[in-house]
Amino acid sequence: MDFTYDDEQVALREAVRGLLSTTYGDFEARRRTAAADPGFDQSLWSRLAEMGVLGLPFGEDDGGVGAGPVEIGIVCQELGRVLAPEPYLACIVHAGGLVAATGTPEQRADLLGRVASGEIVLAAADTSPGGRWSADADGVRAARDGDSWTLTGVCDPVVAGESAHYFVVTAALPDDAGTGLFVVAADDVGRTGYATADLTRAASVRFDASTATPLGEPGRDLRASIATISDLTRIFGANQALGVMQSQVRATTDYLKSRKQFGVTLSTFQALNFRAADMYVSLELAHSMVDWATMTIASGDRDLVTDAADRVGLATSRAGRHIGEEAIQLHGGIGMTAEYAVGVGTAHLTVLDQWLGNAGHHLSRLSQRVGDHEMVEALG
Amino acid sequence: MQLELTAEDSAFQMKMREFFTTEVPQEIRDTVLQGRHLSRETIVESQQVLNAAGLAVPHWPTEWGGQDWSDLRRHLWHEEMQRAGVPIPLAFNTSMIGPVIAQFGTDEQKERFLPRTANLDIWWSQGFSEPDAGSDLASLRTTAVRDGDDWIVNGQKSWTTLGQYGDWIFTLVRTDPEVKKQAGISMLLIDMTTPGVEVRPIELIDGGHEVNEVWFSDVRVPGDLLVGELNGGWTIAKFLLGNERVGVAPVGATKRALSTLKADAAHLMDDPLVRARVAELENDLLALELTALRVVAHSAGGEPHPASSVLKLRGTELQQAVTELALDLAGPAALGSRAGDDSPLDGWARRSAPTYLNFRKASIYGGSNEIQRQIISRTILGL
Repeated sequence: MDFTYDDEQVALREAVRGLLSTTYGDFEARRRTAAADPGFDQSLWSRLAEMGVLGLPFGEDDGGVGAGPVEIGIVCQELGRVLAPEPYLACIVHAGGLVAATGTPEQRADLLGRVASGEIVLAAADTSPGGRWSADADGVRAARDGDSWTLTGVCDPVVAGESAHYFVVTAALPDDAGTGLFVVAADDVGRTGYATADLTRAASVRFDASTATPLGEPGRDLRASIATISDLTRIFGANQALGVMQSQVRATTDYLKSRKQFGVTLSTFQALNFRAADMYVSLELAHSMVDWATMTIASGDRDLVTDAADRVGLATSRAGRHIGEEAIQLHGGIGMTAEYAVGVGTAHLTVLDQWLGNAGHHLSRLSQRVGDHEMVEALG
Repeated sequence: MQLELTAEDSAFQMKMREFFTTEVPQEIRDTVLQGRHLSRETIVESQQVLNAAGLAVPHWPTEWGGQDWSDLRRHLWHEEMQRAGVPIPLAFNTSMIGPVIAQFGTDEQKERFLPRTANLDIWWSQGFSEPDAGSDLASLRTTAVRDGDDWIVNGQKSWTTLGQYGDWIFTLVRTDPEVKKQAGISMLLIDMTTPGVEVRPIELIDGGHEVNEVWFSDVRVPGDLLVGELNGGWTIAKFLLGNERVGVAPVGATKRALSTLKADAAHLMDDPLVRARVAELENDLLALELTALRVVAHSAGGEPHPASSVLKLRGTELQQAVTELALDLAGPAALGSRAGDDSPLDGWARRSAPTYLNFRKASIYGGSNEIQRQIISRTILGL
């Protein structure tokens, strides 16, 4: 049992942190970049590709690096620390993960190779308007005509959908045969982009008999793989949320030490310091869960990963709401402004939560399983 | 980063599990697992079984029975013990005064006290808190005045847990009233059979007799029972309280209590609200356990990791939360707490109200949770 990074992992963290702080060290740069098309910094994206960061999760045969979950978690944490608007989670982890899990060798090499090099952006279209975290596709239907497939329906929100070159779409297969995965080129859909609450980008995507290529063997029900990739995305999303929360706790304690009212620093007031202490408690507990869930991925056991995703989802969702709300409250008015990282961080935590699965969702799933075990084991 | 224990640590864990579940009498473990009252004799018997196997004081120096284990192994030992329902070795002996004598005592004191302390031949009580010295311990007023080679002790200690069983009491006393309050305190060991020592019970809200007042009226204490330097008691107290905080988050025991409750109240587990409360608590306990493992992994040189305050704070909150859930699940049967043994009400439900009330103590002792927040905000966050 070991909760520490090895030398290479520390080096990766320092390299990514260095690059991101050059780009987004000044929060105004993040604000400017998010406001302009395509909503993220393409030169930063290219630099991440050159460093191998975009190809981290993918096998070497697919043009990637074949790194483990801990490395991917490190990258997500660093992106979270600076609220980077780059679509790493949506494109690399989620959509890329779906292709890696279900694509043929040719599909993987083609799509993932181009993703890893930064040439194309993928977005997963898996949520119908009003849909909630399900591996069942209720918004899009697939139709087959010989070897040709078309999709019809609407997905919304599609995170990173505004800048995507291809969509990885979950769609209901004909004859109630389950859920398939399809690749659809951006030219073959109608889309309307918009900014989300944290000022990153998503889109409403419409398929109208859009030409689609099945991922993997056509017509197969892929719900199990879709659910597993959602679980992995939830865990890496929790890593990203951890980075956000770390920055918020640091910013809040710094603010309490420097901001003066009544002629003294705010840290003179115990009522405020105790609330900061409680934020730290939430942060450390969430940190433990994030490390644990990330390490659980290496087991390769789908049920364990599902359990870990629900547990870390619940833990970081609770911690994020606590820390995010308190960070704003302890800052006062400045925490409400779009020009200051703390409040936007809370908006980002909010988006991550509702996108990937909120506390109620995960608690509901865990509640159904309380009878399955005598007690929850931390060490396998 | 790796989740699994090494093969050696895993074997160690299994060895502990086997010992605790086969060598400690089942009846003692059942008493703990069901949350029933443990007698003095039972606590002594259990600790002597552990001590005979070298498992009562593994964290002491090896020459006095310690095991020179890694922090992780100590953690596994502690968790497996709780999981099996083995009573934790008496903290006053093994976590408090034992390490203090080993660190600060004279050779004569070590020879005289440590073996009998490890074996619970001496039952130690803690004489720290006073009616006007709780969280502000340094303002204590019990005095010790020189009389030849001896000390004459006068004053009153309070909240002395299980003082009615005590053979000896380790006390903080004021030996110099003229200096800054922390600088005039010393530690004295006092035989509780000495004339002038009187133990008076305090009845608590749970109806039990767990704590006492201990009064000292012209109690004569031989000079060789001073521990460490004269007026050096505050340093010893900080050393002792630092050790106290580490073991004070009983993760394994709380997990076990929740698991037992799930079985006892199985007929209520169809209620989605109940299931949600259980699931949330299980998740919170997992986060606590993992944090304890992270703290263990990062502790260096026996110094308590600053995040140990997180463990105390959160550990006691969750301990209390499980007692709250038990109370709520008991419903009207909780009223039967003082009914006779022939009551038709379930034992777990009858015990739920006194247990709930009793565990309000957890966020007060061991440095109240407000003191822990103070430590976190000052020491860790620099506020």
